[in-house]
Amino acid sequence: MAKNISFTIKYWKQNGPKDKGHFDSHEMKNIPDDTSFLEMLDILNEELIEEGKEPFVFDHDCREGICGMCSLYINGTPHGKTERGATTCQLYMRRFNDGDTITVEPWRSAGFPVIKDCMVDRSAFDKIMQAGGYVSVRTGAPQDANAILIPKQNADEAMDCASCIGCGACVAACKNGSAMLFVSSKVSQLALLPQGRPEAAKRAKAMVAKMDELGFGNCTNTRACEAVCPKCETIANIARLNREFLKAKFAE
Amino acid sequence: MWLVKSSIGRKLVMSVTGICLVLFLTFHGCMNVVALFSGDAYNTICELLGANWYAIVATLGLAALAVIHIIYAFILTFQNRKARGSEKYAVTSKPKTVEWASQNMLVLGIIVVLGLILHLYDFWYNMMFAELTGAVSAVAEPSDGFAFIKYTFGNPVFAALYIVWLVAIWFHLTHGFWSALQTIGWSGHVWFNRWKVIGNIYVTLIMLLFVAVVVAFAFGIAPSL
Repeated sequence: MAKNISFTIKYWKQNGPKDKGHFDSHEMKNIPDDTSFLEMLDILNEELIEEGKEPFVFDHDCREGICGMCSLYINGTPHGKTERGATTCQLYMRRFNDGDTITVEPWRSAGFPVIKDCMVDRSAFDKIMQAGGYVSVRTGAPQDANAILIPKQNADEAMDCASCIGCGACVAACKNGSAMLFVSSKVSQLALLPQGRPEAAKRAKAMVAKMDELGFGNCTNTRACEAVCPKCETIANIARLNREFLKAKFAE
Repeated sequence: MWLVKSSIGRKLVMSVTGICLVLFLTFHGCMNVVALFSGDAYNTICELLGANWYAIVATLGLAALAVIHIIYAFILTFQNRKARGSEKYAVTSKPKTVEWASQNMLVLGIIVVLGLILHLYDFWYNMMFAELTGAVSAVAEPSDGFAFIKYTFGNPVFAALYIVWLVAIWFHLTHGFWSALQTIGWSGHVWFNRWKVIGNIYVTLIMLLFVAVVVAFAFGIAPSL
């Protein structure tokens, strides 16, 4: 049975990357617990507008867990405590209790400057992709699937790596502000397939160099990233990236 | 130089120096066990590792490993703090799979270094260093390592400090062991669990060797006494 809950929401307000930023809070009354977290924020914004206040800014797009736009740090966890493998948009109010205080913060990392409130600039991830997260060798016209043999396990794992939506939860959770889970997933999705092999060495070096240049931290294997990843990427990808990178460097 | 400029390069340096230091601990732990059974045999090893050229070269190599490991630890931590940004989260929650040691490696490392300073003062300063400079300690001759063990661990304050130090090293290594192998790329879905189990058993065994010597001499129950 659906029930209604009332709670206090503390949300981060910040006018641009240079602004100091502060928390505002608002009492939410009688919110049905089958409301999604983002729908609840829509209700918050309607109430703020009615009160003549400035609405709260947050990123969102598809609202079905595949675009990677939502990026809220809810009660100490990126995307909040959802079912394993879900983004903020798939978090429902039934996960909270009557009388709770819910704290909403942006991804906090030097690599992701705040644009406004909880909307952060994640274009650093695009720059890392532009550095080499693609295949540029000629692979020819589509040929018979059986002509290129790929072990089922590799194909499955490449798909799992490719399911990384680049939301940045890994960076948000990491005490080192490291982007290794993202970069390793994007290197792995191609490294595991024959079409990605010809440029594997170049790709690993270029993407890691760009990641370092953009100021992301050094991975210290705390595993916070894989614990919060909405797409269940694992640090096995990071080991693979280390392998690809070191192999490329030693072959120079 | 990519071992300085690249994040994975820097991590490789941490990993390789760390593995070398674990290998040294293995040797040191095995050597200590001799003192449990025979003071004479232990002193023979001490003589072998006195102010001989090969022991001095090995000591300098070891010191270099430790210094590089420590300097890189501070560089990495400084960079990581910067990457994290100045604004801290108001609310944080630690996921269950994140181990305490993994997030406190620098703090544990600092405790390890403080213990190391005490340890070098208790033993190395009175032994190899005394042999080199000719300054003799009031406790015993420089090559009489067994006497220094009896003297140091006979003092309950030193024994307790050494136990705290060994526990800190144990915590440091429970994360450090598998983390070093993850960094050099020898890990994955299967080897991750293997290295964790192998690491925990291996590190626990080595640290128990050290603890056994401290406890045996603190309570005066070593067979060699």
